[in-house]
Amino acid sequence: MPIATIEQLSKTYKMGEVRVEALRDVSLSLDEGEYIAIMGPSGSGKSTLLNLIGCLDRPTSGRYFLGGQDVSQLTDDELSDIRSTRIGFIFQSYNLIAQLTALENIELPLFYQGVSEKESHERGARFADLVGLGHRVRHRPVELSGGEQQRVAIARSLINEPLILLADEPTGNLDSKTGQEILNLLDQLNAQGKAIVMVTHDPNVASRAKRIIQMIDGRVDEDTLQPGHQG
Amino acid sequence: MFLFRLKRILRLGIKSLWLHKLRSVLTVLGIVFGVCSVISMLAIGEGASYEAQEQIKQLGSQNIIVKSVKPPQDESASSQQSFAIEYGLTYKDAERMAYTIPSIQVIVPMRAIRRDVRFGTTRVDGQVVGTVPWYPEIAKSRVQAGRFINAVEMQSAKNVCVLGAGIADKLFSYENPLGKAVKVGGDYYRVIGVMQEKSKANLGNGGNGGKITVENLNYEVFIPLTAAKSRFGELLIRRSSGTMEVERVQLHQIIVKVDELEQVTETAAILQTMLSLFHKKQDYELVVPLELLRQAERTKQIFNIVLGSIAAISLLVGGIGIMNIMLASVTERTREIGIRRALGAKKRDIITQFLTETVILSGSGGMIGIVIGVTIPFLITKFAHMATIVTLWALLLAFCISAAVGVIFGLYPAYRAANMDPIEALRHE
Repeated sequence: MPIATIEQLSKTYKMGEVRVEALRDVSLSLDEGEYIAIMGPSGSGKSTLLNLIGCLDRPTSGRYFLGGQDVSQLTDDELSDIRSTRIGFIFQSYNLIAQLTALENIELPLFYQGVSEKESHERGARFADLVGLGHRVRHRPVELSGGEQQRVAIARSLINEPLILLADEPTGNLDSKTGQEILNLLDQLNAQGKAIVMVTHDPNVASRAKRIIQMIDGRVDEDTLQPGHQG
Repeated sequence: MFLFRLKRILRLGIKSLWLHKLRSVLTVLGIVFGVCSVISMLAIGEGASYEAQEQIKQLGSQNIIVKSVKPPQDESASSQQSFAIEYGLTYKDAERMAYTIPSIQVIVPMRAIRRDVRFGTTRVDGQVVGTVPWYPEIAKSRVQAGRFINAVEMQSAKNVCVLGAGIADKLFSYENPLGKAVKVGGDYYRVIGVMQEKSKANLGNGGNGGKITVENLNYEVFIPLTAAKSRFGELLIRRSSGTMEVERVQLHQIIVKVDELEQVTETAAILQTMLSLFHKKQDYELVVPLELLRQAERTKQIFNIVLGSIAAISLLVGGIGIMNIMLASVTERTREIGIRRALGAKKRDIITQFLTETVILSGSGGMIGIVIGVTIPFLITKFAHMATIVTLWALLLAFCISAAVGVIFGLYPAYRAANMDPIEALRHE
């Protein structure tokens, strides 16, 4: 039973007079516990695909089912609800909010879900522990190292128990050692059953995934399962 | 539940604002100045008009005061002051008023003569006022000790008097004046009462052309009108810098009390017509406290409109300052908006967030402004001795306006923030 199914998804942008076809008839399906790396040169449509999977955008045509629900033509508020409950985002530049502490950043998605403060604190602390951040939760992002910031971001992406974790170059801003730690953390999460979709241009990073999708010119060029991860 | 959420939203707003302390403080200052100038200006205006209105109210808003006025001397100037000048209100006038104008409830005729008042060896320059028993009620003055002249004393023109508070104090520093006899002119009068001291506020209106209304306040000696008529006659001799003036005046003032407040203006017009029929010269004057009061109110209204406009402008400037800062803040925090949207914030959550921040700015500005705005009038009263009145109404108005400014000028930046494309916003550097 796939948790996400994409059927002939297209996305066309208008940039002035020019129409840019960022995505052309992409079809995919994502099963529970999958770990997909989307690769491709810049402009190949991988970010657009990630944004569509993350419900930040609506496709021009085609359908997208997430957890059995057609989310391809929902209203802005409904998409917000989907993001809030089913999607976890991890960004290259962490995207933490500067004026909030690590814990408050982790709790932020719950705030928009209307979860009480007490419960938010409990869950926030739990996920901070999970990503190995326990004692630094009272610090502001500027007081944390890049690796720690990304851990905060991962904890934040997990706190709403999402169906899919979406990671956009999660190690792009980190040194290789810290990057490895973050990737290990993602592996660990995947091992616990979390589906992950990661965009990267680094083959080493992509090699962690079980499945690699190569994109070119808004199309899926190759869709391969990594032999090392099979079984 | 809602309150908890509000508390969290407020806390988040304060946190965001605290990130740029100087900027937030400067923005707040705009509102602070606006609000405190509104409050202090209104307080000064209110204080000034209150004083004027109190003076007028003391005269009684249901009353019309008719005074005798010495007419401008024309050809009689050539013939010198060889004979008495006759002018002013007469007993006949009083009678006509009382009997022919139905809207008049009661009249208080008064006659005033300046005389020395003696007790033992003490001598005080006093104002002898001949009047009727119901004077205190109509003129809104009170008897402090003893009683006022009664009807019997009036009828029999008895030699009794009621002293003003000031004169009683001067004459009887160490004794109880009641029952004592004071000498006024050539006769002795038994003191039957002492009037309550009239407030100083009354004195201001003394220059209104009348001789006896208020200028000798607290130095009056009230005697029955009948006694004044028979003991002092109608001739008044006034000596001033070598010349002598002889005047013949029957009544110096008539206070007319009208039945209903609505009839005051009409009755004043009737009185005017009636008096003009019997007086060839303009030797009388009508003072209508109600009209004065209305005039004072109109002036105050204009004053308030002017102040209100100034206040509105200063708050507008403050509001534009807030909007400016919030627009800059929205641009600067584009990425934050993108993040929040990606994490599930709806458009209205973003609107709430930015609107809360502007309301915090303007609200705190409003509160600081109120504190300063209350302090300034206090200092003005203390050091410049000007009356100021800070009304609750002014405080509420200032605060509501400042909060409204926050909402109105915060709406557009918040709307801009909410309508950003989340993807674009996330890409923003």
